[in-house]
Amino acid sequence: MMALLVRDLAIATRSGGAAMLGVLFFLAVVAVIPFGIGPDLNLLGRIGPAILWIGALLASLLGLDRLFQADREDGSLDMLVMQDWFSLIFTVFVKSLAHWLATGLPLVLAAPLLGLLMNMGAAATGAVMLTLLVGTPAISFIGAVGAAVAVVLPRGGLLVSILILPLAIPILIFGVSAAYAAVTDPDPFWPPFMILSAIALFFAALGPVAAAAALKGASD
Amino acid sequence: MSDTTISQGWFTSLANPTRFLALSGRLLPYLATAAVLSLLIGLFMSFAAPEDYQQGITVRIMFIHVPAAWLAMMCYSVMAIASIGTLVWRHPLADVAAKTALPIGAAFTFLSLLTGSLWGRPMWGTWWVWDARLTSVFVLFLMYLGLMALHKAMDDPARAARPAAVLTLVGFINIPIIKFSVDWWNTLHQPASVIRLDGPTIHPSMLYPLLVMALAYTLIFFTLHLMAMRNEILRRRVQTMRRQAAQAIGGGA
Repeated sequence: MMALLVRDLAIATRSGGAAMLGVLFFLAVVAVIPFGIGPDLNLLGRIGPAILWIGALLASLLGLDRLFQADREDGSLDMLVMQDWFSLIFTVFVKSLAHWLATGLPLVLAAPLLGLLMNMGAAATGAVMLTLLVGTPAISFIGAVGAAVAVVLPRGGLLVSILILPLAIPILIFGVSAAYAAVTDPDPFWPPFMILSAIALFFAALGPVAAAAALKGASD
Repeated sequence: MSDTTISQGWFTSLANPTRFLALSGRLLPYLATAAVLSLLIGLFMSFAAPEDYQQGITVRIMFIHVPAAWLAMMCYSVMAIASIGTLVWRHPLADVAAKTALPIGAAFTFLSLLTGSLWGRPMWGTWWVWDARLTSVFVLFLMYLGLMALHKAMDDPARAARPAAVLTLVGFINIPIIKFSVDWWNTLHQPASVIRLDGPTIHPSMLYPLLVMALAYTLIFFTLHLMAMRNEILRRRVQTMRRQAAQAIGGGA
């Protein structure tokens, strides 16, 4: 399983450059916001955490369809699906983890730079980084379900985003509310953050099982 | 049909598509008549019901809005049960049931959103608010559309069945969230007033028309669902026959 993790990471960082693409998309999405709503720094600072979260959500949905597609093209997906049930679930878990390390973690690391561009304070930037660190793995794990469902489709990329977006809305809601609660005074930070963590753990448990079931179903 | 030789229970014999077609064909006229009758009675009772002292005549929107919202959730529950059938027993009829319920559920969800919006304008002064109940129903609508897009994208219904079933079951998380959203969050939408542990808080003069309308909607749903399932079974048979015919021509040439 370690080998699988290293292999997936190597593929993501080397040839296709899927990891860099996600970060660039994140950068592009956040960069067009000031053009759309005007360069008012106070306004940008106020809506900054929400913009960063939406950008990160879109960027992590972007690469999801490649999660199983590349393995299907070179035939290694059939080998993975032939394993017994528990190994397959664990394999999907490891692949989702590798996907998050390659595409989700760079988003978290890029957040401070974009926070600077959005005129956010240090506390707000830190809160966004912390919530993204917890929230983006949840997107990767639940996204694995969409990727597994759409793996048999030749052009399933857009469909994965459409299918997963409704399920990712709770992550966005609690991520943003926790990030805002950290900077605005009367709101407590911990309740939304705890719910966000609970969602992440729940999706980490549910996602691989459902994705494994979908892969099994699509293959036979 | 080689599996007819195996001795089957009464319930599993229903799952045979041919028997299903025969039985549903006999059942449908009664179901449709009952649906139309209860709808007529329900509509009459809705208009005979007294006007609300606060809301005036707009309270009648409730008789269309509330049952539509209930049915939107019930339809998704039916799909979830059918999806379990697809995943556990791998029966094609379960997949047919889940697939054909999709557009009907989407229509009921849209109806509840639309009537809710029309009701919200005079009562709350706005067409739409992003409170928990409205947002979660909107998410339900998006999930219906996403699943429909998934079925559209797959050309082979047998391959689409299991992935779609998995996704339907994952999306079922949303149903309890819709139900309890008015209790968990402080919403503009009013809390539950009919299905409560301590009994309905709504006056009987409005409760009875509402229940009759709910019955009518349920009958309409099952009528439409049975009709759609029959169409889907026949459609799949036509497809298979066409494929076989094409193969026969290809083999003969």
